[in-house]
Amino acid sequence: MKKKNFILLIFIISITNFNIAYSISPDVFIQSTVNRASMVLSKDIPKHEKMEQLKIIAKKTVDIEGIGFYSLGNSRKNLNQLQIENYSNLFEEYFLKSFSSRLAEYTNPEIEVKDKKILNKNYTIVNSILVSTKDRPEIKIDWRVYTKDENNPLIRDLIIEGLSLARTQKEEFSSVLNSNDGDINFLFKILEDFSNN
Amino acid sequence: MNNLIKIFLILFLLSSNAYAGSDGELEISKKSKPTKDCFEKINRATFALNEGLDKAIFKPVAQGYRKLPSPIKTATSNALDNLSNLITIPNNVLQGDVKNAGINTARLLVNTTIGILGFVDAADKMGFPKYVKEDYGQTFGKWGMGPGCYLVLPVLGPSTIRDTAGSFVNVMGGDPYYNLSVNGNNEFLDGKLFAATKTISAIDFRAKNIETLENLEKNSIDFYASVRSVYLQDRENKIKNVRRGNIEVIYKEDEDWEEIDK
Repeated sequence: MKKKNFILLIFIISITNFNIAYSISPDVFIQSTVNRASMVLSKDIPKHEKMEQLKIIAKKTVDIEGIGFYSLGNSRKNLNQLQIENYSNLFEEYFLKSFSSRLAEYTNPEIEVKDKKILNKNYTIVNSILVSTKDRPEIKIDWRVYTKDENNPLIRDLIIEGLSLARTQKEEFSSVLNSNDGDINFLFKILEDFSNN
Repeated sequence: MNNLIKIFLILFLLSSNAYAGSDGELEISKKSKPTKDCFEKINRATFALNEGLDKAIFKPVAQGYRKLPSPIKTATSNALDNLSNLITIPNNVLQGDVKNAGINTARLLVNTTIGILGFVDAADKMGFPKYVKEDYGQTFGKWGMGPGCYLVLPVLGPSTIRDTAGSFVNVMGGDPYYNLSVNGNNEFLDGKLFAATKTISAIDFRAKNIETLENLEKNSIDFYASVRSVYLQDRENKIKNVRRGNIEVIYKEDEDWEEIDK
């Protein structure tokens, strides 16, 4: 009887934990993510070390694969499985380098989450501001958070003063493909060169 | 008077053209179509020329401008904003935004007088709402005219057929400052002063965006395409008057994102 009660207790605890422990609101998720990034950026360490630490944060909080597919637009429908895997790897390296390099330019940025707007089951937009300094004005940053798995929200886009980074990237990729007769290998080569440079 | 007639003729023709292919619904309210880059080869060549000019002249000048004392830069920026009211106000009216036309007229009066020719943004200190610039390109967009093809103009940079047409309206009588300085017969203003004002305005803009453009260039695999995307997104937002608060408008077009989840 004791053994049965013990198993039941373990079962209840595990269910309760599963239901409540991992759910996180998108605005809290963004604030905690930017706080972690701010801590890295305010450290007195070389830029390349900051970039490495930012990459670790990005891998956990950004839907890199989703952004990669979005950036490729309709061209992704023409890829075979091998090309998809190749692209996903190249894109991840490209994205992490580009993303961390952009962020590493800021020293000690202060980002305040202001509001959020639930668009639908899959997406919430979180509004924030990059607090002004004597060198630059306040900058509005919106975050597109993918909330399909509410226990594991992921960032899919940054919209800085109304300009979407994902859309810019998508149009850039499209331009590269159009200029090279839609040859995906050319895009692969450019992504590889960027990451290795 | 002739110029005024020409302006209204252009505006009428452009707006008629805008509605000709539509079914009565404003283009702006539909899913926006991507702007075509009809002259891409020429545009890329012009872009390369502009980049060369930027590296040789504009960027170094902007970097020098950045070294000026902060109060001088702020005062210059304020005065340029104040002058731009002369274009913003008629466009507020043409867009049917009478409230902001009134606010901006009051701002112009306050800043030109109390603000000493606009060098001090007295209106801001008095609690006026944040100033938002408008131009004829935005007005055409608001009326439903599509952007037409993307253009890169020598020296002036990214534009579209619609926005270039909007700039022509300025020199055909739509900009009172141009009329008074270039066409006006007075001892205080002349064409050189107008050119100097536009040059300072360009340097001020470049100085404010040094890091942003450097960052964009460094992290782009096709810088030309990135600049085109950023320009077109910015114009789209300005035409829709997208600001914080009407977030539904910005994020309405979600099909592309939804599709990757299928």
